Amino acid sequence: MCLAIPGRVTEVFEVQNVKMGKANFGGIVKRVCLQYTPEVKIGEYVLVHVGFAISTVDEEEAARTYKLLEEMNQLTELSVPEVDTGTNDAKKE
Amino acid sequence: MKYLDEYRDEKVAKNIVNEIRRIVTRPWVLMEVCGGQTHTIVKYGIDYLLPSEIELVHGPGCPVCVTSLEMIDKAHAIARQPDVIFCSFGDMLRVPGSEVDLLILKSRGVDVRIVYSPIDCLKIAKANPDKKVVFFAIGFETTAPANAMSVWLAKEQGIKNFSILVSHVLVPPAMSSILQSPMNRVQGFLGPGHVCAVMGYREYEPISARYKVPIVITGFEPMDLLEGTLMTVRQLEAGKAEVENQYARVITREGNTVAQNLVNKVFEVCDRKWRGIGSIPKSGYKLRYEFREHDAERLFEVEEIDTQESSLCISGLVLRGVKKPRDCAAFGKECTTEHPLGATMVSAEGACAAYYAYGRHLQSQKTTVAADFSRPTEAEVTQ
Repeated sequence: MCLAIPGRVTEVFEVQNVKMGKANFGGIVKRVCLQYTPEVKIGEYVLVHVGFAISTVDEEEAARTYKLLEEMNQLTELSVPEVDTGTNDAKKE
Repeated sequence: MKYLDEYRDEKVAKNIVNEIRRIVTRPWVLMEVCGGQTHTIVKYGIDYLLPSEIELVHGPGCPVCVTSLEMIDKAHAIARQPDVIFCSFGDMLRVPGSEVDLLILKSRGVDVRIVYSPIDCLKIAKANPDKKVVFFAIGFETTAPANAMSVWLAKEQGIKNFSILVSHVLVPPAMSSILQSPMNRVQGFLGPGHVCAVMGYREYEPISARYKVPIVITGFEPMDLLEGTLMTVRQLEAGKAEVENQYARVITREGNTVAQNLVNKVFEVCDRKWRGIGSIPKSGYKLRYEFREHDAERLFEVEEIDTQESSLCISGLVLRGVKKPRDCAAFGKECTTEHPLGATMVSAEGACAAYYAYGRHLQSQKTTVAADFSRPTEAEVTQ
């Protein structure tokens, strides 16, 4: 469960003073907290654990790690849907 | 391209294994600390590739496995309370408590939700102001920055209906505990890569020096584990005991100091009970007093729960590297991933669950399959 998945940062923005962004994991795009990798820019790669970037990595490392995780069926957590916005969630209730 | 990679990997792997074979002069027992590493080793049969002098034993680094039964029962008791939305990582869903698991509770109408990230719970809390949203905050140091941020933001943003049930565990105290035991067999460690991505590896240096064991911080790929093994054996054969970094492409000595700062603001170190092992001093995190309004253990009055583990299960010995899954009489018989008896079978990253998933309960003890790491489907058994 300590595995971190590499993704390519595609968007960077701020939400209430917290650096957030989106990262692409082999086609699946997810929201990621970038507060712990303040230096990261769009196009760079981060290692993401439970929605938080914990480290930056280079492209080659990202590609190789991703391939291995795919082979080991360790990417299932990406299929857990994100909670949308508060309002949408309220509507679902 | 794929085949080229595999060809290259196979040559590199053979070279590493040959080098280990060349330098090894006596038996050594090495422990990989992290459950993710255990999974890779068993899946690719890394231990079968190594010369017979090298024995790999499997460490306690699966946070789902070592979450105490009392804590799981406490989680279930909180989840059952009215007006609670109980959130958890998917990994915890099938882990049995004394009576049920979270999935069964969900099927009985209890509001249990799987989240990808603890930060998602804040959205759920905002959208449901009349409910109490509780997140089951398990994990090692890798997960602590995420869980810390969820509480930090809840306090900053005044989200009062969000709390976390903290069951955080720390790697270095567990390693010290293993080394202090009179039963200890471990002579060198493959250290946990992603834990060190957050924490760096400075705190492993005193352990290596005090107990005179090499600790090589190692990644998760088959090549990483082979190389980490080679580096550890090299040290052992040379009589050295140092911290080395095999995973330098990701890990620095200092780690992620931004993340460490927030973790230290939100959490403080406490004693923690580990499933199968028992209490280890200063081996966990709890919330600091300033964050008590978000501490589920304070907010929900849960009576002390009496729990009893299976008397057949030897998971405590497996987690400390004293025994291996197949040393257990119940392994693959009374104890399976469908009906786990203890810690190391409850999660896919537990040593017993990994052995079971890859069919090792069907092999004789003496089988040493000539593992081919480039085809990672060795005796996979469909569960």
